[in-house]
Amino acid sequence: MSDTSLATASALGGLSTRRKFVNGGMTALVYAAFTLALVPLVWLSITVVRKGVDRFFVDSHGDHVFNIEFLQQTMRGVFGGAPAGGILHAIWGTLIITLAATVISVPIGLMTAVYVVEYGTGRLKYFVTFFVDVMTGIPSIVAGLFAYALFAVLVGPGTKTGFVGAVALSVLMIPVVVRASEEMLRLVPNELREAAYALGVPKWLTVVKVVLRTAIAGITTGVTLAIARVIGETAPLLIAVGVADSLNFNIFDGRMMTLPVYIVTEWHSGLAVCNDPSVPCLPQIAEYRAWGAALVLILIVMALNLLARLISRFFSPKTGR
Amino acid sequence: MTITEAPAVEDVPLSAHTESFANKGFAGLTVFSASLILVTLAAVATFLLTEAWPAITDTSGALAAKVDWIKPDDGQSLIQIIGFLVFGTVLISAMALLIATPLSIGIAVFISHFAPRRLAAGLGYLIDLLAAIPSVVYGLWGAMVLLPVLQPFYQWLGNYFGWIPLFAPDPTTGEVSPTGRVALSAAIVLAIMIIPIITAITREVFLQTPKLHEEAALAMGATRWEMIRMAVFPFGRSGMIGATMLGLGRALGETMAVYMILSPGLSYSFGVLQAGEHTTIAANIALKFPEANSQGVSALIAMGLALFVITLLVNMLARWIVSRRSEFSGAN
Repeated sequence: MSDTSLATASALGGLSTRRKFVNGGMTALVYAAFTLALVPLVWLSITVVRKGVDRFFVDSHGDHVFNIEFLQQTMRGVFGGAPAGGILHAIWGTLIITLAATVISVPIGLMTAVYVVEYGTGRLKYFVTFFVDVMTGIPSIVAGLFAYALFAVLVGPGTKTGFVGAVALSVLMIPVVVRASEEMLRLVPNELREAAYALGVPKWLTVVKVVLRTAIAGITTGVTLAIARVIGETAPLLIAVGVADSLNFNIFDGRMMTLPVYIVTEWHSGLAVCNDPSVPCLPQIAEYRAWGAALVLILIVMALNLLARLISRFFSPKTGR
Repeated sequence: MTITEAPAVEDVPLSAHTESFANKGFAGLTVFSASLILVTLAAVATFLLTEAWPAITDTSGALAAKVDWIKPDDGQSLIQIIGFLVFGTVLISAMALLIATPLSIGIAVFISHFAPRRLAAGLGYLIDLLAAIPSVVYGLWGAMVLLPVLQPFYQWLGNYFGWIPLFAPDPTTGEVSPTGRVALSAAIVLAIMIIPIITAITREVFLQTPKLHEEAALAMGATRWEMIRMAVFPFGRSGMIGATMLGLGRALGETMAVYMILSPGLSYSFGVLQAGEHTTIAANIALKFPEANSQGVSALIAMGLALFVITLLVNMLARWIVSRRSEFSGAN
């Protein structure tokens, strides 16, 4: 009796202890891997928020009162441990340079995607697809060096302006835009194109008025994500744009400050020396500024990511039913 | 009647003519944009080479005279420095990869085969958020928050596993670095940064495993893990390799995190718990560039060129492996 039940159990796949153990152990490991990956995410977010608000609670007299001077001031004339100085110039710099990079990248990226999906044939299409992928892997610092070298040859050695930075960011942004738009264009059903052709609409108008029109929400999402990616780039801007202490709205002339570079600069300056007790002074003010700027930068990036999600959720065409 | 029809008849060929013109123009525009991609890549190589040329071809020793960190007499000529930097870059990236790859595959398996279906997309998005955090914030966090936490762990590693050359303490002091600004710290932060990249691709590949393969394995009495080992992993092998190499490409070129965490130095040492022994190409460029003179810039661009070539090769290989898989897989 017991003999047969044992045989039946093993015939129906009763597990040996070893297999049970391996399965259980691996399941535990897989869960652990996922939990482990969340640790830095949670830890980093909490740190940035907790340390980032410090700067907002120090005013120019050194008192601990909430204020937003940090968002309203530049670093012009701020030195030592003075509890002042902000990121106004860095926010403007980041906005202007990223906007310029977007203006360069989106038309090129979008037209390339249209080429690959709608027109491309043979060798060129293969090469373009392959090298767009390869271009995604260009290290950001190499993009910065490229922009610097380009303008050193075209304009003159040592040219560092916002526009050089915008070119560097475009090199990083174009492949991202191409990939995102390409995927969205492929999702447009062929029936829509055929319907347009059947009505006698020429191909280019079909692409502009039907295909792009249908895919526009997805493309906007992709572009927003691409912006979110390049807005935090530091190394290329450090090389191509340099640093500045005051506001500069002219992208073609002079250095500009950007948020990521601001973070590095403040982190680099370390503790301030406070000798004169009559002047408000805070030794850790540079650290406060660095974390404050990191908080603002992360909020901008997360807002862009959220915006991208919302766009794709509410405006994307209803396909795949 | 005929009077009203006449303009229409004239109108048709005219509009067809302009339309074909617009058609060709638009097509030309797309071809132009696409070619621009290839031109850009070629331009990156060309302009880097142009600017690096004076440093590469310098034989008169002018480079050493004008750039204070190039010291041929101390065994630190430009080529020798690039050698040190390539070693440091590869060592740190390889360690980052060693940490990140098993974790990423575990996470990908979790999201594709273990997590509840309804949660899977949201959990995947959480991991993607890791990629959204700017590298400079990772650097700041690593340098100011993570290092003090890691240092006692290094102390412990050095005390008990110091006999392994990798974890050997500094021979002069007999201690591991008291600051924790060592190669292993840089590798850990790099690993966190490349996890989302490797995870994203392997997850996609795992999800494409034919359902029938999985069900067949389960029907034969395999446990869930055995099913993953026998059906999912073999199917996704080249995808995993390609994803790992893409992560490697990212780790090789990552600048700010390494720059802010690592205490730089030039050596061929494997002591990853010793400060001031290693640095990477990218971190070295970021460190030296702001204060470099024209010869220094040229030398740094030569290093950038080396980095460009290395990452280009790694990425091309990775893309080739990934695309080969998609060509031959039966999944559509």
